[in-house]
Amino acid sequence: MEILKTYKLYIGGQFPRTESGRSYAVKSVNGEHIANVCLSSKKDVRNAVQAARKAQLAWAGKSAFNRSQIVYRIAEMLEARKAQFIEELQALGQSKKSAESEVSMSIDRCVYYAGWADKYQSIIGSVNPVASAHFNFSVPEPTGVVGIVACQETALLGLISQLLPVIIGANTAVVLANATKPTCAISFAEVLATADVPGGVVNILTGQPAELLPTLSAHMDVNALSIAPIESKLQKEAQAEAIDNLKRVHIFVEPLYVKKAQGLPYIADFQEIKTTWHPIEQIAGGAGGY
Amino acid sequence: MSQKNWNLEPSLESAALLKLQDQYELFIDGKWQAPLSKKYFDSINPSDESKLAKIAWANEADTDVAVKAARTAYENVWSKLSGAQRGKYLFRIARLMQEQAKELAILETLDGGKPIRESRDVDIPLACNHFFYYAGWADKLQEAFAGQQISSLGVAAQITPWNFPLLMLAWKVAPALACGNTVVLKPAETTSLTALKFAEICQQAGLPAGVVNIVTGYGDTGAALVAHTDIDKIAFTGSTAVGKQIQKACLGTSKKLTLELGGKSANIILEDAPIDQAVEGVINAIFFNQGHVCCAGSRLYVQESIAAQVLAKLKFRLQSIYVGNPLDKNTDIGAINSKKQLETIERYIKLGIAEGGQIYQPTCELPSKGYYCKPTLFTDVAQSATIAQEEIFGPVLTIQTFRTMEEVIQKANNSPYGLAAGVWTDKGSRIFGLSQQLRAGVVWANTYNKFDPASPFGGYKESGFGREGGRHGLSAYLKFSN
Amino acid sequence: MLTSFSSSDIAASIAKSPTVDQIGILERVARIQTRSFKGASKIQGLKMALSMIDLTTLEGKDTPSKVRQLCYKAQHLHDQAPGLPMVAAVCVYPTMVKEAKKALGNSGIKVASVSTAFPSGQAPFEVKKIDTLYALENGADEIDMVISRGRFLAGDYQFIYDEIAAIKELCTSARLKVIFETGELDSLDQVRKISDLAIVAGADFIKTSTGKIQPAATFPVVLTMLGSIKDHFDRTGQMIGMKPAGGISSSKLALQHLLLVKEVLGEAWLTNEWYRFGASSLANDLLMQYQKQLTGKYQSAAYFSID
Repeated sequence: MEILKTYKLYIGGQFPRTESGRSYAVKSVNGEHIANVCLSSKKDVRNAVQAARKAQLAWAGKSAFNRSQIVYRIAEMLEARKAQFIEELQALGQSKKSAESEVSMSIDRCVYYAGWADKYQSIIGSVNPVASAHFNFSVPEPTGVVGIVACQETALLGLISQLLPVIIGANTAVVLANATKPTCAISFAEVLATADVPGGVVNILTGQPAELLPTLSAHMDVNALSIAPIESKLQKEAQAEAIDNLKRVHIFVEPLYVKKAQGLPYIADFQEIKTTWHPIEQIAGGAGGY
Repeated sequence: MSQKNWNLEPSLESAALLKLQDQYELFIDGKWQAPLSKKYFDSINPSDESKLAKIAWANEADTDVAVKAARTAYENVWSKLSGAQRGKYLFRIARLMQEQAKELAILETLDGGKPIRESRDVDIPLACNHFFYYAGWADKLQEAFAGQQISSLGVAAQITPWNFPLLMLAWKVAPALACGNTVVLKPAETTSLTALKFAEICQQAGLPAGVVNIVTGYGDTGAALVAHTDIDKIAFTGSTAVGKQIQKACLGTSKKLTLELGGKSANIILEDAPIDQAVEGVINAIFFNQGHVCCAGSRLYVQESIAAQVLAKLKFRLQSIYVGNPLDKNTDIGAINSKKQLETIERYIKLGIAEGGQIYQPTCELPSKGYYCKPTLFTDVAQSATIAQEEIFGPVLTIQTFRTMEEVIQKANNSPYGLAAGVWTDKGSRIFGLSQQLRAGVVWANTYNKFDPASPFGGYKESGFGREGGRHGLSAYLKFSN
Repeated sequence: MLTSFSSSDIAASIAKSPTVDQIGILERVARIQTRSFKGASKIQGLKMALSMIDLTTLEGKDTPSKVRQLCYKAQHLHDQAPGLPMVAAVCVYPTMVKEAKKALGNSGIKVASVSTAFPSGQAPFEVKKIDTLYALENGADEIDMVISRGRFLAGDYQFIYDEIAAIKELCTSARLKVIFETGELDSLDQVRKISDLAIVAGADFIKTSTGKIQPAATFPVVLTMLGSIKDHFDRTGQMIGMKPAGGISSSKLALQHLLLVKEVLGEAWLTNEWYRFGASSLANDLLMQYQKQLTGKYQSAAYFSID
């Protein structure tokens, strides 16, 4: 007899059940019961944001090279569990071909963003030739804690497309998974947990965006939102709630599961530019190498 | 031979150069147009409360005319010009501004109350330089964003504050035009005159009609502009409260938004700092432009081991800060921009005393007419005190001490704002370490309140989003499509 | 009398010297330079500057005759303009002290003598002592000694301290000015260090330069030295004098220097007891400006005597 998996949440590197004790059934396209997943509550959002905040400084404190290695490790772990994800996607109603394609694109995307970890700074940053005797440079820094409403069409690729540019840029994330296809997101959490991603860097909740998003977008300790195409009323409400602490809100209108839904701008959207000035001493008569 | 009381005499800049009109209309479609509202308001000289001119007060219908003019100019003329051609117009504007720099400086000082030394040496030259800088970008935009598809946005609505009227105009208009947009600009109601002079400069430059439109008025004018359905971009510099209102007004629209809002920036002096220069930096950080600076270093944190020395030096330095007539070339602190702002500052000073802070103000005489405020220090201020948390936008400094680096980083970041920070220390590795930890868009290390067109400026957190200046400043005025 | 400093005390004194940020100094100077001098306050400033001049001749070709002419000028700056002050002192080589003393009589103008193998300071210590004693025995009221810059740059602070302290010991009643020759000292941090060291070693005045090396009394250097004087005063209550020398040849520069003193140290220093200009051509420029203020007419050098 097969042992069934209990799908729990992923918060602070742990897999707790929702504090609310609620669950909802995920069904296949044919209406077969796949699993009961947690129906997260506002308090789960709060816990996830707390975990993300706690993890952020240390995550940003790691070297960019190290973050690169960790994200590459996600690709390795995903590759190792490829069959599981293909099976899960198929159970959710995708054809084998489409499932295979989605998983391999997901792996490729991990490899792609792993490579960006120590490069985007050189492209987004700059040294600025100011007119006074100052050295002036601009560097990107993570915005902080990012709330993600994952793609509601795909179960894995959309989520990865939103999440990786956020964490590769040294932010931490609280993800509201695809509401109707949440199983892959939790399996992906298992990948993260085994890929040396520090606890709290990614936190994944399953449940209803309509219930959770207002809390997430109003949370004063969330710095930015990444919102995949969702119902426009919900999106507008989230934007309105975000104003209170001036969250940076990025709303995707283009689908996230296509090949070109990756690139530097996806990283730059969750970066702040910091410009530092310092005087340059003027040395009289110095030949300066010329 | 003993010489006591050697005091400088006033050295007034002559305002004779100015040819002020009694009444100013709206600048729309390259022409001066009387407002459909038929309403005007008075612009007051804050240094003596005299009336400078009557200025048109645009209503919704006026902003509509202006947006239509900008749209027509965008579609028929400006979007069709090459980047090189746009650049040439900007270069021309920059030169014309330089030629009339003295007049602009005097006008800025009369209208806004800032010392002539600052408008002459800082505001106006920086504004000219900003146009020069972005003029050069106009035909190099694709190089700035390699691999991305870019285009202009369309019509930009721009709302500027009263603290750096012409400079903020330059920060907004120059990149907007360089990127191929047309603009409708609303200057702050207390400081419209340099914007109106700028309109003349646009005429002198032969800038096509409708590319730059200037609608003067109060907040209702700005609100009407923001609400207009045919604008593609809003750039706002001002208070966080108004910034949030603008965001709300833009909900559900595709208007691109950049906000440069308030701040309560920390200025940190460590015990190994170049102390005299740090003290001078503190003076510059908080008393520059009467403290009407969004990135003013209004929270001073001094390491305990040098706190007494720094405080003594600050108090001594205040004795040679001249407060008075902004047109006097020797004035360091001019007039507070408006009666309303003076009342706000005075309310905060009273509150600071009520909350237990120790106040220090130098003995100096203030002019009997006009809006003036002495440079003010507060010691014994708790982190939780209102004056240490809220933006005062005046010459009021709160001073706190700290013992460890960890403590000061926490205190400095303990604010909803994140615009700027100052760090004073001689140790290179510490400068980079602190700079990294401070959540602010600009970090001045061993300096403060420096600005340059090549240097991106803008905040973290509630200090806004988007950058002005540098290559980064271009993004705000471009559309990116995959 | 002299307190003996151990080398650890000297090390401690140097360690206390705060670091100096040159760009910050330049900004402070730029701010002073935008100050505008007008009307009566300008006239007051010009007269004050005249009264602070150490009228100087320090040339190999100096003769008693040249020194006598200079001393006459010191007492009669411009007799056409009544009410002008006399200069503070005449500054000469030790061999000319006797002549200067005689020429100045009881005018009240001091005689300052350079010493310690001015300008290079490259002489055995015993020679420097003799040099100083000779000036003092001939009646010098003030001694302008030079430090051994090579030793200072080599980090031999004890030597510098001892040298200054020993000369100070000789100057029983004369006031001691210590010349750093800042044009040879590389950075403002060094200027600050030597200022702090010279003050603890007994300098009554600190002085920028010999006038033989460029750059001399630049604003950044002077401001740095004023910072040292201010900190010493804040710590001990003891005033130290300041003498910029070399390079200050125009009235505008002189007035700006005076304002710098007022803003950095305070008005107490605005007397020739605590502030001097080491200069030769400055006097006539001040006089021309003074006449311009009185008459409203720009002046010609032909109407002002050169000595």
